[in-house]
Amino acid sequence: MIAEKRSAGYWPLALFFAAFVLFLYGPMLVIVVLSFQGPEGGLTFPLRGVSLHWFYKLAEGLGVVDIGAALQRSLGLGLVVMAVTVVFSVLAGLAFRKKLRGGNLLFFVVVASLIMPSIIVSLGIGLEFRLLDSALKFLFGAWGMDDTLANFGISLGLYTSALGAHLTWTLPFGLLIMFAIFNRFNPAYEEAARDLGATPWQGFAHVVLPLIAPSVVGIGMFGFTLSWDEIARTSQAIGDVNTLPLELQGLTSTVTTPSIYALGTVTMVVSFLVMGLTVGLARMLEKRKKAAP
Amino acid sequence: MSQAIPPSPAVAGMSPGRSIAAWWQALPLSLVFLLFFLVPLALVLMVSFWDYNQYELIPGFTFKSYIAVFEGCGSGDEICTTFKTYLSTLKFSALVWLITLLVGFTVSYFLAFCVRSSGTQTLLFVLCTIPFWTSNVIRMVSWVPLLGRNGLVNQALVGAGLVHQPVEWMLFSDFSVVLAFVHLYTMFMIVPIFNSMMRIDRSLIEAASDAGASAMQTLWNVIIPLCRTGIIIGSIFVITIVMGDFVTIGVMGGQQIASVGKIIQVQASYLQFPLAAANAIILLAIVLMIIWALTRLVDIRKEL
Repeated sequence: MIAEKRSAGYWPLALFFAAFVLFLYGPMLVIVVLSFQGPEGGLTFPLRGVSLHWFYKLAEGLGVVDIGAALQRSLGLGLVVMAVTVVFSVLAGLAFRKKLRGGNLLFFVVVASLIMPSIIVSLGIGLEFRLLDSALKFLFGAWGMDDTLANFGISLGLYTSALGAHLTWTLPFGLLIMFAIFNRFNPAYEEAARDLGATPWQGFAHVVLPLIAPSVVGIGMFGFTLSWDEIARTSQAIGDVNTLPLELQGLTSTVTTPSIYALGTVTMVVSFLVMGLTVGLARMLEKRKKAAP
Repeated sequence: MSQAIPPSPAVAGMSPGRSIAAWWQALPLSLVFLLFFLVPLALVLMVSFWDYNQYELIPGFTFKSYIAVFEGCGSGDEICTTFKTYLSTLKFSALVWLITLLVGFTVSYFLAFCVRSSGTQTLLFVLCTIPFWTSNVIRMVSWVPLLGRNGLVNQALVGAGLVHQPVEWMLFSDFSVVLAFVHLYTMFMIVPIFNSMMRIDRSLIEAASDAGASAMQTLWNVIIPLCRTGIIIGSIFVITIVMGDFVTIGVMGGQQIASVGKIIQVQASYLQFPLAAANAIILLAIVLMIIWALTRLVDIRKEL
């Protein structure tokens, strides 16, 4: 197969690969193109004029859905998920390098969370917070805290249950990436630092972190993009407000104008921006790493 | 995915204090999985044995929900709704698994063995994974202008005179559901299989070729057995995703096709939590059996 001349199977395989890439990107390209249609445009080709009409329509809101608010909620949640995923994964990654009792069990749980059907996790988190509500209400009542009881809403929410649901999906990726990083990590620098009298914190902050930083940026990207698009785990674990993908899912059956394509273009732009930023940041850190004496 | 083994403790004989420090570092992550994964799962199991009325959940221990799930099964000639739904979900899983495995394997094979420069290889690999970081719903919606009644495909078919009437079965049907699954999740096959392939020692393939093996023989007897781990990991991902899905089947099936995940979602939205929980436990049991069978199946082959 890796003989000097191309094997007989090369061209059919190359063609198959090209077809697969077209299959992956073609439909996405189509809706980006269709989102820039003129006001007369419909859900499919032919293209009728070129304008930003459907983006303005989107900004005005689709039906009862406030797209701007949903967008803000998703951005906020995504950023928090990203930060928490990076910090918790790096910490746990460091822990797994040492002797960690119960480490195998923890690893098993993390992998189980990754492959568990999302609807089950979501249902469980939803139940957990509902039962918590009932328990709290009961306690407030029993303690005679009537004011608190009257003002008490529900504990299901964006930064409680939904945040937790997202983390069960992003943290496994973060931890696996940390394993990949440390599998290729040469501990010699760290040991040298220790021999020169660096404290564990100095060793981490000045030696280990700069070395792993470019890859850690990748964990941040996983954290944000996976949260930005997450539906299945959020669905039962969020209260009255919805994230952008959940709104989008609801809109698929009600909106029949290219506005929905415009919304698709917007979310895609955000995803690609985040990917671009990640690559840029990783490159910058890589350069700094090489430039450092 | 191939780094699925925790790195072993780097240095033996470290002081016991370091083990405690390690625990503090692992604590935040462990707490997340305790609070948002293990406890919720335990609650699902517990609530599946509870009773409920229109207003509230009633703690207790009853098999009512499980009996309700299988109501009407085993009597009468027609199979009951529950069995039908599970069979339909299994059918989707099997179909999607087969297609993603074939497509994913072929794509990985091309990347790993036909592309020679490692720069191109990385570039093409990243090209395959980028869509993973974009919105799933948008990637489903993007099939509408292609497959719809007046979509591109129909325009082309009618234009070419292949059909007289636009074809209706392409959108909001089993076909579009499977297509969307393949579109969304082939990546989960490509990454682990490609990873396994890159770990194969190239001299083994040369040896097979020198010993007179044809390309097909090398593929079947050398490459596929050595990709075992990648194939299993990919299969587990794809099958568990499809078994629990309700979003793709909902959107691409025009909310008309039943699935186990959808039953759970609908029951939860009607606040019938014990029923939803019982269904979730049954689904979990089936998924675990499939995973167990997958890992067994391949182990046996290895021992033969």
